[in-house]
Amino acid sequence: MKRGNPWLWSAAVLVYAFLYIPLIIVVLYSFNDSRLNAEWVGFTLFWYKALFNNTEMLLAARNSLIIALCASFCATLLGTMSGLAIHRYKLKVLPVLVFTPVAMPEILLGVSILLFFLQVLNFTLGMVSIIIAHTTFCIGFVAIIVRARLQGMDESIFEAARDLGASPWQTFRLVTLPLIMPAVVAGALMSFTLSIDDFVITFFTKGVGEPILPIQIYTMIKVAVTPEVNAISTLLMLLTLVMIIIAARLESNGSSEGSAKPHTAK
Amino acid sequence: MKEKRLARLLVSGPPLLFLIVFFVAPSLIMILTSFRFPGEFGGLAPITLPDKAIAEYGFTSDAYHFFFSDFIYTEIFLKSFAVAFGTTLICLILAYPLAVLIARSRKHLRNLMVLLVILPFASNFLIRIYAWMIILGPESALSHFVNTVLGAFGIAPVTLLFSPFAVLVGMVYVHLPFMVLPLYTNLEKHDPSLLDAAQDLGANAWQRFWRVTWPLSLPGVFSGSALVFIPVLGMFAVPDILGGTGDILIGNLIKDQFLGTRDWPFGSALSIMLTLAVLSVAGLTTWFARSATGQRAL
Repeated sequence: MKRGNPWLWSAAVLVYAFLYIPLIIVVLYSFNDSRLNAEWVGFTLFWYKALFNNTEMLLAARNSLIIALCASFCATLLGTMSGLAIHRYKLKVLPVLVFTPVAMPEILLGVSILLFFLQVLNFTLGMVSIIIAHTTFCIGFVAIIVRARLQGMDESIFEAARDLGASPWQTFRLVTLPLIMPAVVAGALMSFTLSIDDFVITFFTKGVGEPILPIQIYTMIKVAVTPEVNAISTLLMLLTLVMIIIAARLESNGSSEGSAKPHTAK
Repeated sequence: MKEKRLARLLVSGPPLLFLIVFFVAPSLIMILTSFRFPGEFGGLAPITLPDKAIAEYGFTSDAYHFFFSDFIYTEIFLKSFAVAFGTTLICLILAYPLAVLIARSRKHLRNLMVLLVILPFASNFLIRIYAWMIILGPESALSHFVNTVLGAFGIAPVTLLFSPFAVLVGMVYVHLPFMVLPLYTNLEKHDPSLLDAAQDLGANAWQRFWRVTWPLSLPGVFSGSALVFIPVLGMFAVPDILGGTGDILIGNLIKDQFLGTRDWPFGSALSIMLTLAVLSVAGLTTWFARSATGQRAL
């Protein structure tokens, strides 16, 4: 019963196959020498070449990169503050405001920010509205990661710093910040990935101006599917994979050396 | 003391201010918009126009009346609930055995298996839906296979893509990790000696699952279900890409009001009804989870 139950194993293998086969097919067909995603014809790099000659797509990638960098910067700053504040002080309103955008359907956030920008600020939608919208929902993710890290730490370090005469600012700069740094970086990477991948909120807050990567992909899927979509998908998967590996490294390194109290066995 | 209060203000003030301006205010605006009149060319009619004596300005609950005036809107809401329920159920059936296996594996293997669940979830959302366009497409190997099998039984060929079936598959695929992770987090905390004790007392494998593991895992089941049910309820991209014209859900209806017909008041009213639906689902799950764990606490 305890070692390898064959039923459980076969169910698990099926689920993993269900999770991975679709993505493997996307990657394989990005190298397929055929316009149709139907059968394997032969190996080619044509779709990648087509992608790098598609100026609209490159512009969209650049815009998405700018948005993701700005949004993850703002979200990391505000999210770290939220995480600290929620952990340290007994706050009632802030936790609700920080965590609700994470939990609710994205479409609601998209719609409300669209209405707000067009009606109240009388503002043309574009990169700025996308950055603000992305920041709003990324704050919660950063706050969750930072707060989890603070919860795993021994409060007595901060007391010790205070007893030794450190001001709140000194305590923060010399003790708290170095300790939570891995969580802050992991939160930044997470917001970056969330922002560059986000479709729903971007779709509502984009306006009509500049091309944005997920919207560009959506149009390609809806209008004319060519293996160019597979090529851009493969590249994006690679990017996310690298980000996740870096984030995982940071988090595990941080938890094994940084904290004074080891994490409870997990 | 004064310094402490200043620190508190400096740390919690900026995020609070940002979220009040860019989350609370927009939500209030959305509520307000649902009580406005639609503009002649889309958008909104102005609240006051002194020169005109037409009643088409100011505030109204027309958008809500309109929702109940045609049964089709209620039907779309019911259908969205049905899809969300079906997706949650399938996710639960697929995720449970996997979560049990992960929870009972050795530590190193466990981390790897969790990572393997999260990894596909980190690839772009549209790409994960697009993958199923390829798999379910009319020229795909799966379509050929299904239709050959159906043909052998003398059943007319079916199209897999642009159907309710494709929508369900896409929904399950996109949301599965949300079910596996909370289930695993819960199952991992179970004390294995409970199962040994049940076995010693003569319980067979089925009884051990049904009387010990399952009741203890209910909090995980409920939080996983909420994490799947709520986003599915508002999802528009999956039906938009994988569904046919008849497979519209609440999300698509809302999207059309803002980016198609531009009836903002109706779109806002729909969004508010979706919010209410989400809140009641969240409230119900919390309540169920509490009463389930309350009764069966160890």
